[in-house]
Amino acid sequence: MNLDLTEEQEMLKTMAKDFLIKECPKTLVRELEENEKGYSPELWGKMADLGWMGLVLPEEYGGQEMGYMDLIILLQEMGRNILPGPFFCTVVLGSLPILSAGTDEQKKEFLPKIAKGDMIATMALYEPNVRYDSACVETKAVAQGDNFIINGTKLFVENAHIADYIIVATRTKEAANPEEGITLFIVDAKSPGIKYEVIPTIGMDKLCEVVFENVTVSKSNMLGELDKGWPIVAKTLDQAIMAKCAESVGGLEASLDMTLDYVKERVQYKRPIGTFQVIQHYCANMWTSAATSRNLMYKVSWMLSEGMATPGDIAAAKAWINQAYKFVTERAVQCHGAIGLSRDHDIGLYYRRAKAADVVFGDSDYHKEIVAQQMGL
Amino acid sequence: MDFGFTPEEEAFRQEIRDFLRKELGPEHKGRTPYELFSRDFTRKLAEKGWLGVGWPKEYGGLGRPYTQQLVYSEEMMRSRAPAGAHILAQNMVGPSLIRVGTEEQKKEFLTKILKGEVVFCLGYTEPNAGSDLASCQTTALLDGDEYVINGQKMFTSFAGQADYAWMTVRTDPDAPKKHRGISMFIVDMKTPGITVSELDTMWDYYNYEVFFDNVRVPKSAVVGELNQGWHYLTVALDHERVFMGGCVAQHQRLFEEIVQYARETHRNGKPLSEDPVIRQRLAQLAIDLEIGRLFAYRVAWLLGKGTIPFAEASMTKIFTSELERRLANTAMQILGLYGPLDRGDRAPYDGYIGWEYKFSLMQAVGGGSNEIERILIAIAGLGLPRP
Repeated sequence: MNLDLTEEQEMLKTMAKDFLIKECPKTLVRELEENEKGYSPELWGKMADLGWMGLVLPEEYGGQEMGYMDLIILLQEMGRNILPGPFFCTVVLGSLPILSAGTDEQKKEFLPKIAKGDMIATMALYEPNVRYDSACVETKAVAQGDNFIINGTKLFVENAHIADYIIVATRTKEAANPEEGITLFIVDAKSPGIKYEVIPTIGMDKLCEVVFENVTVSKSNMLGELDKGWPIVAKTLDQAIMAKCAESVGGLEASLDMTLDYVKERVQYKRPIGTFQVIQHYCANMWTSAATSRNLMYKVSWMLSEGMATPGDIAAAKAWINQAYKFVTERAVQCHGAIGLSRDHDIGLYYRRAKAADVVFGDSDYHKEIVAQQMGL
Repeated sequence: MDFGFTPEEEAFRQEIRDFLRKELGPEHKGRTPYELFSRDFTRKLAEKGWLGVGWPKEYGGLGRPYTQQLVYSEEMMRSRAPAGAHILAQNMVGPSLIRVGTEEQKKEFLTKILKGEVVFCLGYTEPNAGSDLASCQTTALLDGDEYVINGQKMFTSFAGQADYAWMTVRTDPDAPKKHRGISMFIVDMKTPGITVSELDTMWDYYNYEVFFDNVRVPKSAVVGELNQGWHYLTVALDHERVFMGGCVAQHQRLFEEIVQYARETHRNGKPLSEDPVIRQRLAQLAIDLEIGRLFAYRVAWLLGKGTIPFAEASMTKIFTSELERRLANTAMQILGLYGPLDRGDRAPYDGYIGWEYKFSLMQAVGGGSNEIERILIAIAGLGLPRP
């Protein structure tokens, strides 16, 4: 058993932390919440120069060929600094499925662009039926010559409005088992017939409604095989869940640190409020939540990177960390008192993002049911 | 990063399991409190050399690393093996004597402990010294060549069975800071003047009051140096912390039993395991257990690196004890009306879950109440200021 990061990982962590503190201050985070695009092309370019988009992509596509754990460490720092923008969706929801299931032509076409920072991508999976499982896919794709025609509505698609390409999960065949008959397409986001609307959300994370009306996509842009797209989605979801958990752990760590600083400074009744027992108990509980979450996140991420993670492991991680991020940020606001409710204070930024992270890729009830099933209940 | 177990750890675990299966037998359910203490079983462990599993080899121990000590503890706890006759000597007394004991004390006790021949009880808590342990009022005052002990210890587990007490006494009543006037003594429980009286706890446990009325002990009763008792108390905790981490394995076993019960028991025409509320509760407990177990290994790993994980160890204690209460509550809910049945033919699992429901109150209170532990985390771990 060795729970230390490697030297290279420590370096990556420190470098990312320092870079993001400098380049992604909370003033920028707030600006980007109000900004239509929701990201800073300048910051995006700097991250591309650091090779972050291609961190885990093979060198032949311009990547750094580092491991999934390295991406997890990077995402943890991004979560700590609540980095806005399409890094998560491009790298995790865009490049990883193409890497694992793309043809050589597709990989050659898309991955170098992603690595260079020249392409923004996302995945359109969820729909108004608000299901997390494969039955959520109702948007249809019908074969027509060398193309497919897509009709339907996707919801909660992150950054679709700025994407260059969207991986769309469509239903190409009705089957008794909803996991069968799903096909993925890499769709040009500027295709005629696609309409975008950014939905206002608590997390200000640019989730979009994307309506497909007779959208044409070439057969050559099918990702994976016809009707057999769900396993690719499932694998991506596993990677995305742990990636989101990494972000969340970074975010809750930052919230705890912010709170500890505050309660040491804030004086009432002639003493720092950090001397009051209730506050000390809250902080101990928050730290417990942070320490256990970090531990579980690393363990399950490691298992996933080693090909050993079971569905129950990943569900357990998401269920726990959902609860932890919400708990820590809620307690953090409480410890800050009224100032924590002000939009001028940073803690609210985390509180809102904790809720956003809670529901994406499955809320705790959904994941606990998976744990129950995996236990054989 | 690597969260896997080594082949040595896996082999050790299997070796312990095989031994326990053979020694405890398939009938041992560990479900009554009277199965917690067994000198016979302790001796069998001694024959394997396992009482000193974590002790340095030069003192007769096996010198196994902390992670293997946790493996050992997990398997003992999982099988509900009787530990009362050796657990304190193994985890507290032995390691403390190795660190700070006099040569005579090491010679006198270490071998006996390793052979399972001597039982210790822990004399810390008093009627007026619980969380505030430093307010120890049991005095030991020098009179010629002997110390005279007067006072009372309370909630002393296994005092009625013990050969010796490992206890805090006040040897310097005038110390300006009260914890600086405390010494650690080893006292023969057969010494005249000691009266042991059983306490009636909710869980029928081996719990006692011990009265000291002019009890005369030789100078050799002083462990290490005089008035260093508080220091010894605080540093003696590493083995104990590792062993405590093994408690999660015990709870895991109970959890598996109630999952089985939920699968097999029908209510309103359906297995309990199909009830969505029960599914959610059991799933949450499954996750909590994994969290607890994972963290126990983290503490063991940190100790192995030579760090002293105050905050992590306190947190493990809090987490495990509160998990135990949640587990006991959910188990009782699943049993429904059968839950409160104490013993007898109708009581599921011989009333073990009802007993556990009562016993689960203990860990959040004993060994440092969870409130104190949280303050320790805040002040010692997170650097929050003292009031």
